[in-house]
Amino acid sequence: MNQSQHSLSAPDKATILTWLEVVTDPEIPTVSLVDLGVIRDVRVADDGYVTVRMTPTFSGCPAMDYMRRDVERVLREHGVERFAVEMSLEEAWSSNWVTERGRAALKAHRLSPPPVHQGIVDLDILEYAECPNCGSRNTTLRSPFGPTLCRALHYCNDCRQGFEQFKPV
Amino acid sequence: MNTTALKDLLYRLADDQLILGHRNSEWNGLGPILEEDIAFSSMAQDKLGHSLQLYTLLHNLGEAEPDTVAFTRNAPQFHCTQLVELPIGDYAFSLIRHFLYDHAELLRFQLLATSSYEPLAQVARKLKGELKYHVLHANTWVKQLGTSTEEAIEMLQTALNETLPYALGLFEKTEHEEAIIADGIFPGEDELKAQWLESISKVLAQTNLELPDLSTVAPVYGGRHGEHTEHLQPLLDEMAEVFRLDPTADW
Repeated sequence: MNQSQHSLSAPDKATILTWLEVVTDPEIPTVSLVDLGVIRDVRVADDGYVTVRMTPTFSGCPAMDYMRRDVERVLREHGVERFAVEMSLEEAWSSNWVTERGRAALKAHRLSPPPVHQGIVDLDILEYAECPNCGSRNTTLRSPFGPTLCRALHYCNDCRQGFEQFKPV
Repeated sequence: MNTTALKDLLYRLADDQLILGHRNSEWNGLGPILEEDIAFSSMAQDKLGHSLQLYTLLHNLGEAEPDTVAFTRNAPQFHCTQLVELPIGDYAFSLIRHFLYDHAELLRFQLLATSSYEPLAQVARKLKGELKYHVLHANTWVKQLGTSTEEAIEMLQTALNETLPYALGLFEKTEHEEAIIADGIFPGEDELKAQWLESISKVLAQTNLELPDLSTVAPVYGGRHGEHTEHLQPLLDEMAEVFRLDPTADW
Protein backbone atom coordinates (compact mmCIF):
# COMPACT_ATOMS: atom_id res chain seq x y z
CA MET A 1 0.00 0.00 0.00
CA ASN A 2 1.43 3.38 -0.89
CA GLN A 3 1.39 6.35 1.44
CA SER A 4 -1.68 8.13 0.01
CA GLN A 5 -3.88 5.01 0.19
CA HIS A 6 -2.71 4.50 3.74
CA SER A 7 -3.71 7.94 4.92
CA LEU A 8 -7.11 7.51 3.30
CA SER A 9 -7.83 4.29 5.17
CA ALA A 10 -6.36 5.27 8.55
CA PRO A 11 -9.07 6.54 10.92
CA ASP A 12 -8.50 9.89 12.57
CA LYS A 13 -8.73 10.70 16.26
CA ALA A 14 -12.28 12.10 16.12
CA THR A 15 -13.57 8.97 14.37
CA ILE A 16 -11.96 6.68 16.91
CA LEU A 17 -13.40 8.71 19.80
CA THR A 18 -16.85 8.31 18.24
CA TRP A 19 -16.37 4.53 18.07
CA LEU A 20 -15.26 4.44 21.68
CA GLU A 21 -18.47 6.13 22.84
CA VAL A 22 -20.08 2.67 23.00
CA VAL A 23 -17.62 1.54 25.69
CA THR A 24 -19.31 2.11 29.03
CA ASP A 25 -18.43 1.62 32.66
CA PRO A 26 -19.41 -2.05 33.30
CA GLU A 27 -21.03 -1.03 36.58
CA ILE A 28 -22.70 2.17 35.29
CA PRO A 29 -23.85 1.18 31.80
CA THR A 30 -25.35 4.62 31.05
CA VAL A 31 -22.01 6.46 31.00
CA SER A 32 -19.27 6.12 28.38
CA LEU A 33 -15.58 6.03 29.27
CA VAL A 34 -15.05 9.08 27.07
CA ASP A 35 -17.60 11.09 29.07
CA LEU A 36 -16.19 9.77 32.35
CA GLY A 37 -12.77 11.15 31.44
CA VAL A 38 -11.21 7.68 31.64
CA ILE A 39 -10.11 7.75 28.01
CA ARG A 40 -7.58 10.57 28.05
CA ASP A 41 -6.17 10.66 24.57
CA VAL A 42 -6.12 8.94 21.20
CA ARG A 43 -3.11 9.28 18.93
CA VAL A 44 -2.83 8.11 15.36
CA ALA A 45 0.76 7.96 14.16
CA ASP A 46 1.79 8.68 10.56
CA ASP A 47 2.02 4.94 9.91
CA GLY A 48 -1.55 4.42 11.22
CA TYR A 49 -0.55 2.96 14.59
CA VAL A 50 -3.25 3.82 17.17
CA THR A 51 -2.49 4.54 20.83
CA VAL A 52 -5.30 4.95 23.33
CA ARG A 53 -4.33 6.34 26.73
CA MET A 54 -6.60 5.52 29.68
CA THR A 55 -6.38 6.36 33.37
CA PRO A 56 -8.19 4.64 36.26
CA THR A 57 -10.77 6.53 38.33
CA PHE A 58 -9.62 4.68 41.47
CA SER A 59 -6.36 2.75 41.46
CA GLY A 60 -7.92 -0.39 42.99
CA CYS A 61 -10.86 -0.42 40.55
CA PRO A 62 -11.38 -4.06 39.48
CA ALA A 63 -13.30 -2.98 36.36
CA MET A 64 -10.25 -1.39 34.71
CA ASP A 65 -9.15 -4.62 33.00
CA TYR A 66 -12.64 -5.11 31.56
CA MET A 67 -12.70 -1.53 30.28
CA ARG A 68 -9.33 -1.96 28.61
CA ARG A 69 -10.48 -5.20 26.94
CA ASP A 70 -13.68 -3.49 25.75
CA VAL A 71 -11.64 -0.70 24.17
CA GLU A 72 -9.41 -3.27 22.44
CA ARG A 73 -12.47 -5.18 21.19
CA VAL A 74 -14.06 -2.04 19.68
CA LEU A 75 -10.81 -1.14 17.89
CA ARG A 76 -10.61 -4.65 16.40
CA GLU A 77 -14.27 -4.56 15.35
CA HIS A 78 -13.49 -1.45 13.30
CA GLY A 79 -10.58 -3.14 11.59
CA VAL A 80 -7.78 -1.53 13.58
CA GLU A 81 -5.09 -4.16 13.93
CA ARG A 82 -2.07 -2.23 15.09
CA PHE A 83 -2.77 -0.49 18.36
CA ALA A 84 -1.79 -0.16 22.04
CA VAL A 85 -4.08 0.64 24.94
CA GLU A 86 -2.00 2.22 27.69
CA MET A 87 -2.99 2.56 31.33
CA SER A 88 -1.30 5.74 32.49
CA LEU A 89 -1.05 7.67 35.76
CA GLU A 90 0.59 10.63 34.04
CA GLU A 91 -2.28 12.80 35.22
CA ALA A 92 -4.31 11.61 38.21
CA TRP A 93 -7.99 11.27 37.24
CA SER A 94 -10.17 14.17 38.36
CA SER A 95 -13.95 14.02 38.69
CA ASN A 96 -13.96 17.49 37.07
CA TRP A 97 -13.23 15.66 33.82
CA VAL A 98 -16.72 14.12 33.73
CA THR A 99 -18.47 15.87 30.84
CA GLU A 100 -21.94 17.46 30.94
CA ARG A 101 -23.23 14.48 28.98
CA GLY A 102 -21.50 12.21 31.51
CA ARG A 103 -23.18 13.99 34.40
CA ALA A 104 -26.58 13.54 32.77
CA ALA A 105 -25.79 9.85 32.21
CA LEU A 106 -24.89 9.39 35.88
CA LYS A 107 -28.19 11.00 36.87
CA ALA A 108 -30.03 8.67 34.49
CA HIS A 109 -28.52 5.82 36.54
CA ARG A 110 -29.79 7.58 39.73
CA LEU A 111 -26.26 8.51 40.76
CA SER A 112 -25.53 12.00 42.01
CA PRO A 113 -22.75 13.47 39.84
CA PRO A 114 -19.55 14.64 41.58
CA PRO A 115 -19.64 18.39 42.40
CA VAL A 116 -17.16 20.41 40.34
CA HIS A 117 -14.31 21.65 42.55
CA GLN A 118 -11.45 24.13 42.26
CA GLY A 119 -8.72 21.51 42.40
CA ILE A 120 -8.91 21.03 46.15
CA VAL A 121 -11.33 18.43 47.46
CA ASP A 122 -12.07 19.52 51.04
CA LEU A 123 -14.67 18.31 53.52
CA ASP A 124 -17.37 20.67 52.20
CA ILE A 125 -16.95 19.21 48.73
CA LEU A 126 -16.94 15.63 50.02
CA GLU A 127 -20.13 16.13 52.02
CA TYR A 128 -22.06 17.92 49.29
CA ALA A 129 -24.42 15.96 47.07
CA GLU A 130 -27.58 16.74 45.20
CA CYS A 131 -30.35 14.13 45.49
CA PRO A 132 -30.70 12.44 42.08
CA ASN A 133 -34.34 11.63 42.83
CA CYS A 134 -35.83 14.98 43.88
CA GLY A 135 -32.98 17.45 43.25
CA SER A 136 -32.80 18.56 46.91
CA ARG A 137 -29.52 19.85 48.35
CA ASN A 138 -30.69 19.10 51.89
CA THR A 139 -28.71 15.87 52.07
CA THR A 140 -26.33 14.15 54.49
CA LEU A 141 -23.20 12.10 53.82
CA ARG A 142 -23.78 8.68 55.42
CA SER A 143 -20.53 6.99 54.45
CA PRO A 144 -17.67 7.88 52.10
CA PHE A 145 -17.70 4.23 50.98
CA GLY A 146 -20.39 2.56 48.91
CA PRO A 147 -20.94 -0.53 46.76
CA THR A 148 -17.98 0.36 44.51
CA LEU A 149 -14.81 2.35 45.20
CA CYS A 150 -16.10 5.33 43.21
CA ARG A 151 -19.37 5.73 45.13
CA ALA A 152 -20.34 7.30 48.47
CA LEU A 153 -23.59 6.84 50.40
CA HIS A 154 -25.78 9.87 51.07
CA TYR A 155 -29.29 10.42 52.46
CA CYS A 156 -31.90 12.91 51.25
CA ASN A 157 -33.63 14.68 54.14
CA ASP A 158 -36.46 15.83 51.86
CA CYS A 159 -37.55 12.75 49.96
CA ARG A 160 -36.13 10.57 52.74
CA GLN A 161 -34.31 8.11 50.58
CA GLY A 162 -30.77 6.93 50.53
CA PHE A 163 -28.84 7.51 47.31
CA GLU A 164 -25.36 7.03 45.92
CA GLN A 165 -22.98 9.65 44.61
CA PHE A 166 -20.07 9.35 42.20
CA LYS A 167 -17.28 10.60 44.47
CA PRO A 168 -15.44 13.84 43.79
CA VAL A 169 -11.68 13.31 43.48
CA MET B 1 19.70 8.43 42.10
CA ASN B 2 20.43 5.72 44.67
CA THR B 3 18.30 2.81 43.39
CA THR B 4 18.91 0.60 46.42
CA ALA B 5 17.60 3.34 48.71
CA LEU B 6 14.63 3.97 46.42
CA LYS B 7 13.70 0.27 46.38
CA ASP B 8 13.98 0.13 50.17
CA LEU B 9 11.45 2.97 50.44
CA LEU B 10 9.10 1.42 47.87
CA TYR B 11 9.09 -1.93 49.68
CA ARG B 12 8.22 -0.21 52.95
CA LEU B 13 5.32 1.67 51.31
CA ALA B 14 4.01 -1.29 49.34
CA ASP B 15 4.24 -3.83 52.15
CA ASP B 16 2.39 -1.53 54.58
CA GLN B 17 -0.46 -1.11 52.10
CA LEU B 18 -0.65 -4.82 51.25
CA ILE B 19 -0.68 -6.07 54.83
CA LEU B 20 -3.08 -3.48 56.25
CA GLY B 21 -5.26 -4.02 53.17
CA HIS B 22 -5.40 -7.71 54.03
CA ARG B 23 -6.18 -7.00 57.69
CA ASN B 24 -8.95 -4.53 56.72
CA SER B 25 -10.52 -7.20 54.51
CA GLU B 26 -10.97 -9.38 57.60
CA TRP B 27 -13.80 -7.02 58.65
CA ASN B 28 -15.75 -8.15 55.58
CA GLY B 29 -19.00 -9.56 56.98
CA LEU B 30 -18.07 -8.70 60.59
CA GLY B 31 -18.46 -4.90 60.74
CA PRO B 32 -20.47 -3.55 63.68
CA ILE B 33 -22.88 -1.97 61.16
CA LEU B 34 -23.31 -2.56 57.44
CA GLU B 35 -21.68 0.76 56.49
CA GLU B 36 -18.54 -0.15 58.44
CA ASP B 37 -18.44 -3.56 56.84
CA ILE B 38 -18.46 -1.78 53.46
CA ALA B 39 -15.99 0.92 54.57
CA PHE B 40 -13.28 -1.47 55.79
CA SER B 41 -13.76 -3.69 52.74
CA SER B 42 -13.50 -0.66 50.42
CA MET B 43 -10.37 0.56 52.14
CA ALA B 44 -8.96 -2.98 51.83
CA GLN B 45 -9.60 -2.87 48.08
CA ASP B 46 -8.02 0.60 47.78
CA LYS B 47 -4.93 -0.48 49.70
CA LEU B 48 -4.44 -3.62 47.62
CA GLY B 49 -4.70 -1.40 44.52
CA HIS B 50 -2.12 0.95 46.04
CA SER B 51 0.27 -1.92 46.79
CA LEU B 52 -0.09 -3.13 43.19
CA GLN B 53 0.89 0.32 41.87
CA LEU B 54 3.94 0.38 44.15
CA TYR B 55 5.01 -3.22 43.39
CA THR B 56 4.70 -2.31 39.70
CA LEU B 57 7.19 0.53 40.24
CA LEU B 58 9.52 -2.02 41.86
CA HIS B 59 9.01 -4.40 38.94
CA ASN B 60 9.98 -1.59 36.56
CA LEU B 61 13.18 -1.24 38.61
CA GLY B 62 14.02 -4.91 38.03
CA GLU B 63 12.26 -6.66 40.92
CA ALA B 64 10.03 -9.72 40.34
CA GLU B 65 6.38 -9.57 39.18
CA PRO B 66 3.95 -7.95 41.69
CA ASP B 67 2.18 -11.26 42.43
CA THR B 68 5.48 -13.05 43.00
CA VAL B 69 6.69 -10.31 45.34
CA ALA B 70 3.40 -10.19 47.23
CA PHE B 71 2.76 -13.92 47.58
CA THR B 72 6.08 -15.76 47.75
CA ARG B 73 8.09 -13.93 50.40
CA ASN B 74 8.17 -14.92 54.05
CA ALA B 75 7.93 -12.65 57.10
CA PRO B 76 11.65 -11.76 57.44
CA GLN B 77 11.60 -10.43 53.85
CA PHE B 78 8.74 -8.01 54.56
CA HIS B 79 9.43 -4.35 55.35
CA CYS B 80 6.04 -3.40 56.76
CA THR B 81 5.77 -1.83 60.19
CA GLN B 82 4.51 -4.12 62.95
CA LEU B 83 1.46 -1.83 63.34
CA VAL B 84 -0.19 -3.14 60.19
CA GLU B 85 0.29 -6.86 60.90
CA LEU B 86 -1.41 -6.93 64.31
CA PRO B 87 -4.73 -8.86 64.29
CA ILE B 88 -7.88 -6.76 63.86
CA GLY B 89 -8.78 -7.07 67.55
CA ASP B 90 -11.97 -5.24 68.46
CA TYR B 91 -13.48 -2.37 66.51
CA ALA B 92 -11.92 0.24 68.82
CA PHE B 93 -8.42 -1.05 68.02
CA SER B 94 -9.07 -1.31 64.28
CA LEU B 95 -10.51 2.21 64.20
CA ILE B 96 -7.59 3.73 66.12
CA ARG B 97 -5.03 1.88 63.99
CA HIS B 98 -6.82 3.09 60.85
CA PHE B 99 -6.87 6.67 62.23
CA LEU B 100 -3.17 6.73 63.18
CA TYR B 101 -2.04 4.93 60.02
CA ASP B 102 -4.09 6.77 57.42
CA HIS B 103 -3.20 10.24 58.72
CA ALA B 104 0.45 9.25 58.26
CA GLU B 105 -0.17 7.73 54.82
CA LEU B 106 -2.09 10.71 53.46
CA LEU B 107 0.70 13.06 54.57
CA ARG B 108 3.36 10.66 53.29
CA PHE B 109 1.87 10.56 49.80
CA GLN B 110 1.28 14.32 49.82
CA LEU B 111 5.02 14.71 50.45
CA LEU B 112 5.83 12.09 47.80
CA ALA B 113 3.69 13.94 45.23
CA THR B 114 6.70 16.20 44.61
CA SER B 115 9.29 13.39 44.77
CA SER B 116 12.29 13.70 42.47
CA TYR B 117 11.48 10.16 41.28
CA GLU B 118 8.69 11.08 38.85
CA PRO B 119 7.04 7.61 38.56
CA LEU B 120 6.58 7.59 42.35
CA ALA B 121 5.34 11.20 42.32
CA GLN B 122 2.69 10.19 39.76
CA VAL B 123 1.48 7.28 41.88
CA ALA B 124 1.49 9.51 44.99
CA ARG B 125 -0.64 12.16 43.27
CA LYS B 126 -3.14 9.44 42.44
CA LEU B 127 -3.18 7.80 45.88
CA LYS B 128 -3.48 10.94 47.98
CA GLY B 129 -6.90 11.72 46.48
CA GLU B 130 -8.14 8.29 47.51
CA LEU B 131 -6.55 8.37 50.96
CA LYS B 132 -8.49 11.55 51.75
CA TYR B 133 -11.60 9.40 52.00
CA HIS B 134 -9.86 7.05 54.42
CA VAL B 135 -8.90 9.95 56.68
CA LEU B 136 -12.39 11.46 56.44
CA HIS B 137 -13.83 8.11 57.50
CA ALA B 138 -11.44 7.71 60.45
CA ASN B 139 -11.98 11.30 61.64
CA THR B 140 -15.76 10.97 61.49
CA TRP B 141 -15.84 7.95 63.79
CA VAL B 142 -13.07 9.06 66.14
CA LYS B 143 -14.88 12.37 66.66
CA GLN B 144 -18.31 10.77 67.01
CA LEU B 145 -17.33 7.91 69.34
CA GLY B 146 -14.66 9.94 71.12
CA THR B 147 -17.35 12.34 72.38
CA SER B 148 -20.08 9.79 73.10
CA THR B 149 -20.50 7.42 76.06
CA GLU B 150 -17.99 6.80 78.84
CA GLU B 151 -17.60 3.22 77.69
CA ALA B 152 -16.79 4.23 74.10
CA ILE B 153 -14.31 6.86 75.23
CA GLU B 154 -12.60 4.40 77.57
CA MET B 155 -12.34 1.75 74.86
CA LEU B 156 -10.85 4.22 72.38
CA GLN B 157 -8.44 5.65 74.96
CA THR B 158 -7.20 2.14 75.82
CA ALA B 159 -6.78 1.36 72.13
CA LEU B 160 -4.93 4.65 71.58
CA ASN B 161 -2.52 4.02 74.47
CA GLU B 162 -1.80 0.47 73.29
CA THR B 163 -1.46 1.32 69.60
CA LEU B 164 0.76 4.42 69.83
CA PRO B 165 4.08 2.58 70.34
CA TYR B 166 3.38 0.61 67.15
CA ALA B 167 2.21 3.72 65.26
CA LEU B 168 5.51 5.42 66.06
CA GLY B 169 7.15 2.43 64.36
CA LEU B 170 5.81 3.87 61.09
CA PHE B 171 8.62 6.43 61.25
CA GLU B 172 11.43 3.93 61.80
CA LYS B 173 14.42 4.93 59.70
CA THR B 174 16.54 2.59 57.67
CA GLU B 175 20.20 2.91 56.71
CA HIS B 176 19.00 4.54 53.47
CA GLU B 177 17.29 7.52 55.14
CA GLU B 178 20.02 10.04 54.32
CA ALA B 179 20.29 8.95 50.69
CA ILE B 180 16.52 9.18 50.22
CA ILE B 181 16.49 12.74 51.56
CA ALA B 182 19.66 13.78 49.69
CA ASP B 183 18.25 12.53 46.40
CA GLY B 184 15.03 14.46 46.92
CA ILE B 185 12.97 11.25 46.83
CA PHE B 186 11.29 11.91 50.18
CA PRO B 187 11.81 14.65 52.84
CA GLY B 188 12.31 12.03 55.54
CA GLU B 189 10.60 10.33 58.49
CA ASP B 190 11.22 13.18 60.98
CA GLU B 191 9.43 15.68 58.75
CA LEU B 192 6.54 13.25 58.25
CA LYS B 193 6.28 12.48 61.97
CA ALA B 194 6.07 16.20 62.86
CA GLN B 195 3.26 16.75 60.34
CA TRP B 196 1.48 13.60 61.54
CA LEU B 197 1.57 14.66 65.18
CA GLU B 198 0.02 18.02 64.29
CA SER B 199 -2.62 16.36 62.13
CA ILE B 200 -3.83 13.76 64.66
CA SER B 201 -3.64 16.27 67.54
CA LYS B 202 -6.11 18.57 65.76
CA VAL B 203 -8.69 15.80 65.55
CA LEU B 204 -8.11 14.38 69.03
CA ALA B 205 -8.51 17.90 70.50
CA GLN B 206 -12.14 17.76 69.35
CA THR B 207 -12.77 14.60 71.42
CA ASN B 208 -12.54 13.50 75.04
CA LEU B 209 -9.47 11.43 74.19
CA GLU B 210 -6.03 12.36 75.42
CA LEU B 211 -2.90 11.93 73.39
CA PRO B 212 -0.19 10.61 75.74
CA ASP B 213 3.06 12.58 75.85
CA LEU B 214 4.97 10.98 72.99
CA SER B 215 8.33 11.48 74.73
CA THR B 216 7.17 8.87 77.26
CA VAL B 217 6.21 6.33 74.60
CA ALA B 218 8.88 3.90 73.38
CA PRO B 219 8.38 3.22 69.64
CA VAL B 220 8.18 -0.40 68.49
CA TYR B 221 10.81 -0.68 65.78
CA GLY B 222 12.04 -3.64 63.75
CA GLY B 223 9.42 -4.04 61.04
CA ARG B 224 11.37 -2.01 58.48
CA HIS B 225 14.29 -4.41 59.00
CA GLY B 226 12.33 -7.65 58.72
CA GLU B 227 11.68 -8.20 62.43
CA HIS B 228 8.03 -9.03 62.92
CA THR B 229 5.50 -10.24 65.47
CA GLU B 230 4.29 -13.83 65.47
CA HIS B 231 1.17 -12.60 63.66
CA LEU B 232 2.72 -11.86 60.25
CA GLN B 233 3.73 -15.32 59.03
CA PRO B 234 0.26 -16.90 59.59
CA LEU B 235 -1.26 -13.91 57.75
CA LEU B 236 1.10 -14.44 54.80
CA ASP B 237 0.38 -18.19 54.75
CA GLU B 238 -3.35 -17.52 54.59
CA MET B 239 -3.06 -14.70 52.06
CA ALA B 240 -0.89 -16.76 49.70
CA GLU B 241 -2.54 -20.15 50.21
CA VAL B 242 -4.31 -20.29 46.85
CA PHE B 243 -1.48 -18.62 44.88
CA ARG B 244 1.07 -21.08 46.22
CA LEU B 245 -1.03 -24.09 45.12
CA ASP B 246 0.05 -23.28 41.57
CA PRO B 247 2.25 -20.19 41.19
CA THR B 248 2.27 -20.59 37.39
CA ALA B 249 -1.54 -20.59 37.04
CA ASP B 250 -2.98 -18.00 34.64
CA TRP B 251 -5.63 -15.95 36.51
